Amino acid sequence: MNKTFLIFKHEFLNMMRRTGFIIMTLIVPLVFVLIIGIYQIVSGIAKPSEEITKIGYIDNLGGFMQYTSQDKINLVRFDNTGEANISLTAKDIKEYIVIEPSYLSTGVISLYTLEKQLIPPPEEVTAIKNFLTSNLLSDKVPPNTIYLVEAPLNVVTIRLTETGAIAPEQGGYGNLIIPTLFSLLLVLSITFSSSYLLQGLGDEKENRLIEVLLSSVSTRQLIIGKVLGIGAAGLVQVLVWVVSAPFLMNFASSSIGGFLSTLQIPPNFLILCIVYFILGYLLFAVISTGIGAISPSAREGQQLATIFTLGAVSPLWVSSLIIMFPNNPAFIFMTIFPITAPVTLMVRLGSTDVAAWQILLSIIVLVITIAGGLLLTIKIVRTFLLMYGKRPGLGTIIRSFRSG
Amino acid sequence: MHTVEVKHVVKSFADKVAVDDLSFSVAPGEIFGLIGPNGAGKTTTIKMMMDIIKPDTGEITILGEKSGEATKNKLGYLPEERGLYKKQRVLDTIVYLASLKGMSERSAVEKANQMLEQTGMLPHARKKIDELSKGMSQIIQFIVTVIHEPQLVILDEPFSALDPVNTELLKNMVLALRNQGKAIILSTHQMNQVEELCDRILMINKGRAVLYGALGEIKSRYKNNAVLLDFEGELAAVPGVTEKRHRRGYAELFLDANTTPQQLLESLLARGVIVKRFEIATPPLNEIFIKVVGQDNE
Repeated sequence: MNKTFLIFKHEFLNMMRRTGFIIMTLIVPLVFVLIIGIYQIVSGIAKPSEEITKIGYIDNLGGFMQYTSQDKINLVRFDNTGEANISLTAKDIKEYIVIEPSYLSTGVISLYTLEKQLIPPPEEVTAIKNFLTSNLLSDKVPPNTIYLVEAPLNVVTIRLTETGAIAPEQGGYGNLIIPTLFSLLLVLSITFSSSYLLQGLGDEKENRLIEVLLSSVSTRQLIIGKVLGIGAAGLVQVLVWVVSAPFLMNFASSSIGGFLSTLQIPPNFLILCIVYFILGYLLFAVISTGIGAISPSAREGQQLATIFTLGAVSPLWVSSLIIMFPNNPAFIFMTIFPITAPVTLMVRLGSTDVAAWQILLSIIVLVITIAGGLLLTIKIVRTFLLMYGKRPGLGTIIRSFRSG
Repeated sequence: MHTVEVKHVVKSFADKVAVDDLSFSVAPGEIFGLIGPNGAGKTTTIKMMMDIIKPDTGEITILGEKSGEATKNKLGYLPEERGLYKKQRVLDTIVYLASLKGMSERSAVEKANQMLEQTGMLPHARKKIDELSKGMSQIIQFIVTVIHEPQLVILDEPFSALDPVNTELLKNMVLALRNQGKAIILSTHQMNQVEELCDRILMINKGRAVLYGALGEIKSRYKNNAVLLDFEGELAAVPGVTEKRHRRGYAELFLDANTTPQQLLESLLARGVIVKRFEIATPPLNEIFIKVVGQDNE
């Protein structure tokens, strides 16, 4: 049997049997269920009150008689501040406003309350605003116009293709969910697999098993077998997450108004996400192996690998900017730069149509980096894996490559 | 055909020459001692034989074939610091590492069980490696080294930290391998083990060969014209003896340049000394080691 396959099989099965791996595979869907549960509890607690709030008003200007019922807020008329104050202290009303004769020229409305407020609650301000607007416009314009003045804009975007037909993908927040989810899963997988890989390599190096392995197989066979074996285990993990997603979404639909379950995942979206997941995973597996080779211990290796993991995660820190300005040159660069490419592209995919040339170039750069990285890693392993207890400096690495 | 042939091999790391124009060969059915002080280049030489690292110049052949991927299945290696997958079961570990040497899973399981039985380790086959004692895991590591019946076995400090019972068990296994015609390279600092087991030796210092040949021949080359004598009777001044050193249970007699051991024996018998043991003294390998390395470092 091919030795690379033997190592692949061993690493894959070893990884699948690791307690940490099993816990991680199960914990992500469980965390999802937990989030849904917390959402349900929080939404239950934060449910808007059904009670009607009463706000008093004193109309010194005159003409504010109608539209006193604004959603869940009722406006109650008082003739003077004395009456209003009695109701306020008796807590019959929450607060009251005074419409002075000068209002038409100044726009100033005084609000009296017993509560210490930073700003008045927005829903109350909206209710007062609509009450004032409606009364000011009543008898002057038709009722429909009053509604339009209160809520003049309800944008419905329709995306067209270049031929003018309605595009099958209409964008919106729904489209952001899947790529964002994939990028989060990628970051999680990279972090954990990189840690397993470094731990495994560090252990083999520390207990000299690496020498026994290399007396049986070539460095190339060892590295490729390891990277692919741990990579395949990572894919199984993601497969478990993706397969469990419909069930979780179904469960979620009863609680989150069916929003998640109505998400449609276009096939090309999913294919690109999977392609980038695999490429991203392989890239970081190769980087982790190289770091493992030059690090004296697994712990030091993990510290060094964190620098690269942070690079992979960095697009998530600026994800709101990427969503708002997906075609900014900086983000196009991040799509092509291999370390940031997988996560950046996944976030951009959700918010814009990424140009085909960018995707193609990014994939080519990633593939070249992985292949080059693999060759470099094999060379690093050959040169430095058998050095124990000391990490070669950058100068030593460069010197040895020149001389080698 | 030699099992191993190393010809004019040179290997440098950055600015340090680790192995400098080294040549030697190991024949089938011999135990070959590879000795030298720490940092002499022994491990680098071993790693080049296993094709873990490549020589800068020179050539290494294993059974007539240039050392490379194809020759890896023909050799077995026991590293100085033992390492196995601690969380894996004994049998699984042996079978996996044997499969990397080209054995089928079925024959690896069969042979592993057989060897575990021979070494009394069969009851531990299902245990995890970290449940075994140090001695037990060394025996497992030795099984891993030879399970695929390699023509060349490289043992780096095989007896370190072994108790006398396990040392004897391992020694017998090594001798059995030699009797089967395998070539064995023994790298160790324990000179008594080299003297007891090795047929030929190579001593390296600073990457260069400083002593190479049959152990007996090297020892006689360094002999200092002395004999060890266990006797009864009075040993007064003996002609031809320049110095007498009394050891526990015997005396060491140093002869002048004109006297041979044969002449001394005749002289002793003529004087009526009862000779219980008469042995030509050869310096212990340890002494030769210190002398040669010391001279080379001067």
